[in-house]
Amino acid sequence: MIDAKRRTLLKGSLAAGSVGAAIGAGLLTPQLALAEWNEAAFTAKDIPTAMNDLLGGESAETSDKIKIKAPDIAENGAVVPVTVETDMEGVTSIAIIASKNQTPLIAAFELSESALPFVSTRIKMAETADVVAVVKSGDQLYQNAKSVKVTIGGCGG
Amino acid sequence: MSDIKIRAKASGDATTVKCLMSHAMETGLRKDSKTGEKIPAHFIQEVVCKHKDQVVMTASWSGGVSKNPYLSFKFKGGAAGDPIEISWTDNKGESASASAEIS
Repeated sequence: MIDAKRRTLLKGSLAAGSVGAAIGAGLLTPQLALAEWNEAAFTAKDIPTAMNDLLGGESAETSDKIKIKAPDIAENGAVVPVTVETDMEGVTSIAIIASKNQTPLIAAFELSESALPFVSTRIKMAETADVVAVVKSGDQLYQNAKSVKVTIGGCGG
Repeated sequence: MSDIKIRAKASGDATTVKCLMSHAMETGLRKDSKTGEKIPAHFIQEVVCKHKDQVVMTASWSGGVSKNPYLSFKFKGGAAGDPIEISWTDNKGESASASAEIS
């Protein structure tokens, strides 16, 4: 009798212990909070895969309505200022891609209705390459590219 | 670590927001020059920008954004005194947020 009780007690505490551990693990993994972060797209090694995972389309129409402001020559690839702006209507997202980086997709911006199609940030570039901006307007994808010459790569190694 | 500087300025019907976050933004590809070991990835994955509690823009980033990221965006509406809130979450689950008023 005493033995049986002890067993139940043990079982009970074990169960409680594992539940606690599960909650602990749940808190430690950032999965829940970051449900929107598109891991497949950001770890993709080539542009078509990244674009497909992110925007659901591999190809985009080239449009000179997208203006990319970036230096012609970047002395330091670790900090390359890039500004993407367009006068298109109904832009819902803007993606910035450095075509020769190991994981080309650098940033994706989801714009709400009130946001204007303008983003500016600073990116790392491994080597001389095209900076590609992909803009989603309605269901259509548009892209434009600008070549940036990098004299010192910014991705270490 | 959790330092975010925000400047927001309204002109006409558009507001321009500029912000600087302090973060290491490690890609996970870089090696420690002394030990030769890879430095673990540690970068901001998501940035949420709000104007009066409404999400204006969500940015998803990889480690390809430069250290101590700079971000600028514009939106319609917004008047002097309106609150702007910016928060980020990184791949380790750390997060920070800050708010400022439009000037």
